[in-house]
Amino acid sequence: MPKVELARHLYAFFPDLEGKEINVEAGTAAEVVQAMEKLAPGFAFYICDERGELRRHVNLFIEQDTVRDRKHLSDKVGPDTRVYILQALSGG
Amino acid sequence: MSDRLILGTRKGTFILEKKDGRWQHVHRGHGGANIAYAAQDPRTGTIWSMIDHGHWGSKVSHSKDGGKTWEEAGQVKYPEGARHQEFAMSEPPEGEEPPPQKIHDSKVLKLWYVEFGTEDQPGRLYIGTIPGGLFVSDDDGKSWELNRPLWNHESRGGDLFDGKKPTGPTLWFGTPASMGTGEFAPGICSILPNAKDGNHVRLAVGCAGAIETKDGGKTWQGRNKGMIVDFLPNKEPEWGHDIHFMAQCKNDPNHVWHQNHMGVYYSDNGMESWKKVDDTDKGVNFGWPICVDENDGKTAWVVPQVSDQNRVAINEGLFVARTKDGGESWEQLREGLPQEHVFDTVYRHAFHNKEGKLAFGSTNGNLYLSEDSGESWQTLGNNLPPIHSVRFA
Repeated sequence: MPKVELARHLYAFFPDLEGKEINVEAGTAAEVVQAMEKLAPGFAFYICDERGELRRHVNLFIEQDTVRDRKHLSDKVGPDTRVYILQALSGG
Repeated sequence: MSDRLILGTRKGTFILEKKDGRWQHVHRGHGGANIAYAAQDPRTGTIWSMIDHGHWGSKVSHSKDGGKTWEEAGQVKYPEGARHQEFAMSEPPEGEEPPPQKIHDSKVLKLWYVEFGTEDQPGRLYIGTIPGGLFVSDDDGKSWELNRPLWNHESRGGDLFDGKKPTGPTLWFGTPASMGTGEFAPGICSILPNAKDGNHVRLAVGCAGAIETKDGGKTWQGRNKGMIVDFLPNKEPEWGHDIHFMAQCKNDPNHVWHQNHMGVYYSDNGMESWKKVDDTDKGVNFGWPICVDENDGKTAWVVPQVSDQNRVAINEGLFVARTKDGGESWEQLREGLPQEHVFDTVYRHAFHNKEGKLAFGSTNGNLYLSEDSGESWQTLGNNLPPIHSVRFA
């Protein structure tokens, strides 16, 4: 199962996730976000807008690579990969 | 309640209360977060805060214990299939057709304003957004619905849902407040329900103008007669007016005022027509916010700035300008306000009045209060974060 690691900032909004190892059933980045939404209701709307697109200043890494399909998050996620959800460094 | 102040700041929601005759900072909420606007529902006492997270999008938060604790409410989302046109800014080469306006799949770019329904509409709330959608809740913010007659208004090109083609170009320009969202989009900056008739609601849209419904949001009519746009070839267009903020007399709502990019406007006939009431000798022309007395519709206050090109206090001294005669004459009120080396800017939502009190906050993090209708002022804070909104409870 892919393992999800989160930016520390997100624990301020979803404190129940802090300190937990998060492993989700997912084959794509979109399924990772859906699984996170089940785990922490409201999570998906922090990461994606109401069209399902990754927000402008959020980054999702699959291992070393940034997600390529920011609109639909169709990028494949392998069974033993790490997925990182971070805020983009886009301002001072 | 005019003994509580709610601030939306660049670094959180701040609550101040007057206790034992002294104003005190009592609660901070949403530490570090950018708050676009915050206000208290006078019917329930719930405080509502519009958070504009840099990374995580706009969120609705509320507090039912006076700002001590906060939780998220129902979130505002554009419905599936919602689309809108972006006004084309570029001029076509001579002899060529104008470029088609860009059509966007709509999403919330900013939650800009929250307002509350009348006493006989329990649970009714309004949120104004960039890109210009009005969202209505009838269950006290648990769920929100886009007002489609306004969204599909002919002045925006009609119903574009689900791929439908526009009936014409949008006449709603963008507001600079949309900068940073990736789009030059309009926004609803003022929402004015008629306290005696919940079906009668007025809105101001930057940059489109004033618009109202008298049938509970089923139909909307533009109300921009008399407004001038100096720099356009057609100086009296039906749409495209940059209203910075609009306010009406609570107990005599035929008296409506707004601070426009082009000056201060007053209507004494319920927005049937507008009259420009500037007084450049007193500095009254450019600015952002405006307040109207709750009982006397001819009394209003503004916080003037030098000009569009130089958005700072005039002659480095801070003053509030007041008229008591419908804009025929203005006076400058300076007692208690700093008069040297002042560069404060007061944003459109950062000035409010209630029960004879007035308060305003600046982008320099200064907060001022008057308890005698503006005659004299006291300082409630310096070195605060940039202040985006100031509202009495």
